[in-house]
Amino acid sequence: MAEAVISLADVTKRFAAAGPPAINAVTATLAAGRITGVVGPDGAGKTTLIRLMTGLLRPDGGRITVAGHDTVDAAARIHGLIGYMPQRFGLYEDLTVAENLRLYADLRGLPVAGRGPVFDRLLTFTGLVPFTRRLAGALSGGMKQKLGLACALVQTPRLLLLDEPSVGVDPISRRELWRMVRTLVGDGISVVWSTAYLDEAEDCDDVILLNEGEVLFCGAPQDLTRRVTGRTCHLSGIEARRRSVLAEAVDADTVIDGVIQGRNLRLVFRDPVAEAGRDLLAGLTGVQPAWRLDPVPPRFEDAFVDILGGGPRGRSALAAGRPAGDRMGDTVIEAKALTKRFGSFTAVDGVSFAVARGEVFGLLGPNGAGKSTTFRMLCGLLRPSGGTAGVDGFDVAATPAAARSRIGYMAQKFSLYGNLSVRQNLRFFSGVYGLRGADRQRQIDRMIDIFALAPHADAPAADLPLGFKQRLSLAAALMHDPPVLFLDEPTSGVDPITRREFWSHINGMVERGITVLVTTHFMDEAEYCDRIALIYRGREIALGSPDDLKAQARNGDLPDPSLEDAFIALVEASDAADRSAA
Amino acid sequence: MSGGPPAAGTGRARRLRALVVKETIQVFRDPSSILIAFVLPLILLFLFGYGVSLDANRIRIGLVLEDNTPDAFGLAVAFTNSRFFDTTVARDRRSFEDDLVAGHIRGIVVIPADFAGRLARGGEAAPIQVIADGTQPNTAVFVQNHVQGVWNNWRQQCAVECRTVGSEAIGVESRFWYNEQLLSRNFLVPGSVAIVMTLIGTLLTALVIAREWERGTMEAMLATPIGVPELLAGKIVPYFGLGMASMAVCTTIAIVLFEVPFRGSIPGLVAVSAAFLCPALGQGYLISAVTKDQFVASQVALYTGFLPAMLLSGFVFEISSMPEVIRILTYVVPARYFVSSLQTLFLAGDVWALLWPKLAVMLGFGVLFFAIALRSTRKRLD
Repeated sequence: MAEAVISLADVTKRFAAAGPPAINAVTATLAAGRITGVVGPDGAGKTTLIRLMTGLLRPDGGRITVAGHDTVDAAARIHGLIGYMPQRFGLYEDLTVAENLRLYADLRGLPVAGRGPVFDRLLTFTGLVPFTRRLAGALSGGMKQKLGLACALVQTPRLLLLDEPSVGVDPISRRELWRMVRTLVGDGISVVWSTAYLDEAEDCDDVILLNEGEVLFCGAPQDLTRRVTGRTCHLSGIEARRRSVLAEAVDADTVIDGVIQGRNLRLVFRDPVAEAGRDLLAGLTGVQPAWRLDPVPPRFEDAFVDILGGGPRGRSALAAGRPAGDRMGDTVIEAKALTKRFGSFTAVDGVSFAVARGEVFGLLGPNGAGKSTTFRMLCGLLRPSGGTAGVDGFDVAATPAAARSRIGYMAQKFSLYGNLSVRQNLRFFSGVYGLRGADRQRQIDRMIDIFALAPHADAPAADLPLGFKQRLSLAAALMHDPPVLFLDEPTSGVDPITRREFWSHINGMVERGITVLVTTHFMDEAEYCDRIALIYRGREIALGSPDDLKAQARNGDLPDPSLEDAFIALVEASDAADRSAA
Repeated sequence: MSGGPPAAGTGRARRLRALVVKETIQVFRDPSSILIAFVLPLILLFLFGYGVSLDANRIRIGLVLEDNTPDAFGLAVAFTNSRFFDTTVARDRRSFEDDLVAGHIRGIVVIPADFAGRLARGGEAAPIQVIADGTQPNTAVFVQNHVQGVWNNWRQQCAVECRTVGSEAIGVESRFWYNEQLLSRNFLVPGSVAIVMTLIGTLLTALVIAREWERGTMEAMLATPIGVPELLAGKIVPYFGLGMASMAVCTTIAIVLFEVPFRGSIPGLVAVSAAFLCPALGQGYLISAVTKDQFVASQVALYTGFLPAMLLSGFVFEISSMPEVIRILTYVVPARYFVSSLQTLFLAGDVWALLWPKLAVMLGFGVLFFAIALRSTRKRLD
């Protein structure tokens, strides 16, 4: 193994005397000249661990050395060696690109002579040459990220620490960033990269996998993925019934994890696929000859779920509680040439789609593409500049109140009252939706029952674990039994187990005829959708099932493209078309 | 904290310069800084220059004339001629009661039916009755004093006209020094310079540092080789400059537009203002060390900086007339020393015997605040 750039020995950090520590007895060694990923869901302790490495936080127990310097005694020396990009990139938004760069060059002691070539190299490297006079605040997420990186690199550091650099950044910029960081590692810089996206973990040389402040795994990602080799497969031929088959499959003892991937199910077995798969197919109800099990290469996420003891089981009680829909297939949500202009800027430009009852429809696109604006027009929160939006037979612009009463809405951020208890939150939302008396009480009790909130019913919502917060948000959105559910980035940054559990509820409701509209920039979430509209620069550049989109991107170089590959290919094709048109 | 590259000396100067340049650019690009540094001061200045007046001119009163003697008429004329009163005359006191309750008039003066008789008898207490609106105590006192004044003038006039030599013939003639016209504007406008500088020094400084925490730029800076003194100086220097610039604008407007007398010297004014900016900036920095949230920072700055400067500095309310406990409290309000120094400078001149001790106290507070700030700032987040 190469020389260590960071070593952590039994490091513990607490922010509150009571409660679990944010970082608990972490021991790890980070090799020089490699990309080490600090990987884990939100709240796992990634940012705390990186701040401990920079010396910005002091450990309560244990010792950290960076390039041989202790982070407590010699923080000043460490600050001379590292480049650090905090979340939100640490840029001054009212300074231009060049001014930000000059500031960090001065702060990091880059000699004034010979600065020109360094700046030129960094600006070329990050593709920011045309934007040097633009204010940092006016840059897109991806460009901010690149500028943040350039600022951290002005004085070539020995160690580069990047805290969630890919949050709020579109997949194309994310790939470019990875390419840049790879180049840096080639020049001998050591990199620490924290992320909540498990697919990024596979691109790291080494991984520290964190969950609730503890290290679950430390080493090469392939070593973890190897755990599940030979145990992963696709179940195909089940398209129309994939949700109910999934619910049944994950209940089988032989299956430890299952998710929807396009028209297939991805299953992880306890034992090798060969025998276990046969047993499973024998046990499922209504098996047809078309159902096939094909082994697929394991993913990091499969192994992560495996190491945590498997995904959630059981069918959502929501599936049982609702009457089956009788008008499946009717159009429930309809956007016709929906357009929104803010001054001279067109945020949404002629977006059209129709969603049928019992369908999960996704609006996929990078931040700022116009997803949220489309969403708000469909909710009646924004008035369209052109086109119409209809929900469950109501024109949203003409009768927003009636349309809204048909919609359950779950916002991206936890938007319940943190200092009210679970029960008080539910009482409040049932009141808002006009439930009274016995009905109200019955509905509250039902939600507490379905989402297993009873043990936390009197705890303040702010103190709930993330998974319970999600359940509570969903319960509040479902209080009035809406036929349509709007989900805004429902599981970004959520750990894989919680995400599976969340989707088991959604799948259960969809089986019963609920219609779901999801916005997301997150590929895993998009895989759960029946159909996706790809939104880019306010326009709908593709519409189809996840597998249709993947098929559009298939070529000689990419025989089996992922949804992200498809996304990038479609966006690049759209850009190329714009260029040739111009 | 030591360490860093060998060329720490030049590196330090360059880092400091870079921070000052950055902060200055931000001030000019951020409309809220300009708002607090130049627009808000102008609004304050115009409010105190035009809007707020502690002078009681033309107070509306009702005069009830129950007596028909020439003496009573003479006194009534004295009231209607007074520059302090806007007098309405009636025969019956009941006709004013509603006006007083409604606040249309601030007082009622009654010249009773037996006025002339009691006057002739002499030796008795002033035979007129004054009813003042106690809901506005300040005005009520003015009414009382000015009625007394009108009465005394009228008696003296009588004495001269009647050539009777009585005790009233020897009157007291008041003369005010330093603010001859007793214009409240003459001490309110210089005093508002202190408020403006508190806003810039304390509120603006606390806000911009809290903003750096909120936006995550502070975290990025802390992970560079920058030192704590540079960080502190990088914030202090630009806002010191901004405070002085704002002071210059305010003073110019005070002198040119409001014609407030300025009897001191410019070096004196600069010295006093510079000394006051030390504690003001130090306080702003300390607030942001306690809270990293812009909203909380602005609340704390308002309650510990702006309000004391407004209420406890002697700017609006005279310190000598405050209850003892509050009076003791004013000694720890740096603005108190600044307000009285400003009043000395504007209305009396460079009286260094008075200014030196105040300068020393302000600098003392400043040194104390900066020492605490330096001690409490670590290059860490916890």
